[in-house]
Amino acid sequence: MSLLNTVPEMVLTTKVDQLLNWTRKSSLWYMLFGLACCAIEMMQTGGPRADLDRFGMAPRATPRVSDLMIVAGTLTLKMALRTKVLYEQMPDPKYVLSMGSCSNCGGLFQLAYSVCDGVDKIIPVDVYVPGCPPRPEALTDGLMLLQKKMMQERWLVREPRSRAEAARV
Amino acid sequence: MKTEAIQLLLHERFGAAVGPVESARLSESVEVDASAVAEIALFLRDDPDLAFDCLSNLSGTDRPARGKIQITYELFSYVHRRAFILKVDARRDRPEVATVENVWPAANWLEREVYDLLGVVFVDHSDLRRLLLPDDWVGYPLRKDYVEAPEYHGISTVRPSALKLPEPK
Amino acid sequence: MSLELEFDDGREVFATEEMTLNMGPQHPSTHGVLRFIIRADGEVMRSAKADVGYLHRSIEKIAEKVGWRGFMPYTDRVDYVAAMTTNQAWAMAAEVLGGVTVPRRGEYCRVIAAELGRICSHLLAAGAMGMDIGAITPFTHAVRERELINDLLEELCGARLTFNYMRVGGVAWDLPPGFGAKVLRFLDHFEPYVDELDDLLSNNKIYIERLAGVAVVTRERAIAYNLVGPNLRASGVKYDIRKHLPYSVYPEFEFDVPIGMGLHGSVGDCWDRYIVRLHEMRQSARILRQALEGLPEGPVIAKVPRNYKPAAGEIHVHVETPRGDQSWYVVADGTEYPYRVHIRTGSFAAMSIIEELSRGLMVADLVALIASFDIVAPEVDR
Repeated sequence: MSLLNTVPEMVLTTKVDQLLNWTRKSSLWYMLFGLACCAIEMMQTGGPRADLDRFGMAPRATPRVSDLMIVAGTLTLKMALRTKVLYEQMPDPKYVLSMGSCSNCGGLFQLAYSVCDGVDKIIPVDVYVPGCPPRPEALTDGLMLLQKKMMQERWLVREPRSRAEAARV
Repeated sequence: MKTEAIQLLLHERFGAAVGPVESARLSESVEVDASAVAEIALFLRDDPDLAFDCLSNLSGTDRPARGKIQITYELFSYVHRRAFILKVDARRDRPEVATVENVWPAANWLEREVYDLLGVVFVDHSDLRRLLLPDDWVGYPLRKDYVEAPEYHGISTVRPSALKLPEPK
Repeated sequence: MSLELEFDDGREVFATEEMTLNMGPQHPSTHGVLRFIIRADGEVMRSAKADVGYLHRSIEKIAEKVGWRGFMPYTDRVDYVAAMTTNQAWAMAAEVLGGVTVPRRGEYCRVIAAELGRICSHLLAAGAMGMDIGAITPFTHAVRERELINDLLEELCGARLTFNYMRVGGVAWDLPPGFGAKVLRFLDHFEPYVDELDDLLSNNKIYIERLAGVAVVTRERAIAYNLVGPNLRASGVKYDIRKHLPYSVYPEFEFDVPIGMGLHGSVGDCWDRYIVRLHEMRQSARILRQALEGLPEGPVIAKVPRNYKPAAGEIHVHVETPRGDQSWYVVADGTEYPYRVHIRTGSFAAMSIIEELSRGLMVADLVALIASFDIVAPEVDR
């Protein structure tokens, strides 16, 4: 949806919720949580050809300033405990995108003894992007789906509600 | 220098601790005693005709049929551009092998890995603790009789899947 | 442990304490999940202990479950930045054990794929090194060039990163029509680009100040710690598996083996490790041109039984990956499943030497050091 240039005199009429969501989805900063092979594809997606910067998405090193955690790669049991800590360090409202088969469900490493089969055993996931590794186009599609999901959230209510409840409306 | 010549040199100096040349289909190796391997390694490195200054690979193989865990050392000499394979058998119920870390510093991590995954104790190692698995892991996964634990720190290691995965061997 | 400083007349200035810092496992670097526990006195480190295993995916145990032919996709994940060479190592191990000969055209396809993968990997190494030092632009340039190689490899085998291109007995698919011309066009575009990268980075004053003379690894230490590949060659040891323990059809090609000369600083410093990789990219381009010129006709894969069961035996196979000599110890017991697979990779030894080298370095130098060794976490952890 486009809010600009709908009316030539630059008068915008919209719901506050949509305006808020539009500003938030256009500046989604993701934490560099590249674990394995999908991390390389995530870097290539942020690279010159499939540019993520045009969506306003910038990579951040620390969870304290990021909105989105792209779990790119296999989650081992040793790393799983740290993943929970990092997720809790991210401020609300936060989103998690599970990139690749390994973080969706363990992928081809389900046979392994040291791999956590899927990041959703540890933290709640918003969007799953399948692939091994997913192409930059697939990751971009997943991020656009997340943006669509974000546009549907409602914030202005009388009692404070959690983000999960806001999304369910 | 051929493997037979090296074996003769070693046998001359270390006697009964050195076994005969074992000629397999694709490679030749010499087996030595687990407790004598440190002195033999020092000789292999320092003798100018041998000059095996590099430990190229150190692997452990579980052989329950023989009741042993076999450690294979692949040595390489940059001076003479020659490789040599040394083997050591450790008892499976109490695997102890002398460390060669003081001869080749590369052995430090390689031996830690064998300890971590197979449970072989390297006597006099400066820092024998787990390398790849978490410190509180129970069991030695590369052993043939290893059974996976159903969970780790509350994370279950099983994921219901529609795929038919091969039976664990 | 505290350090107290005094003036000459005995007055105490201030007391300092050592800090324990934690770097990783999540950090803004391309090298993967690695963790260092750093004990630092201000900016200068006393020691940096590595804690690895955050990407231990039990690949060696999985080999015993999936069989000779089924293991090929897992070899891609051992070193995902340059997956073709690990594919080749596993295929070679299985073929030697089973006594299979790869047809000549298959070998040439392997060399072409492996060298393209080598250029890919060194581009990422050089770009990521720039990024870790603070120069973000070379990284985007490197990623841009990498996209061109990804396109070529995608045309060849369908995947951009984890190829699964080689098979036991040869390669999965022949080169598509017109592929040779496309690769040559890419090389015509790429060789001037290496010169551009050289101009941009190598003699850049800041780059030299950050890298020259930092973390010098002498020849003896490099051999004692079993450093391999560009890390070893930067310390002055001229040893390349493709030349000195040749496999596949490498003896038919002419190429040089660059070693570190200590042009800025000493032999074996971080700058040398970077420049060796740059020169290797040029040599890979040379090999590619020769391979495409001399490409023979014929099948690309030998006939291998569906139920591949090599006879019992064991083998050590060495392959020159972009990170160095990978030594594969494979034991067969006559069944369809390998008995034991052990991979000793180049990055494993490089991680183990960091603790010794880090004493007296500054924290920022540690990042440069890790980048100069071109470490990838899955090679260390498997």
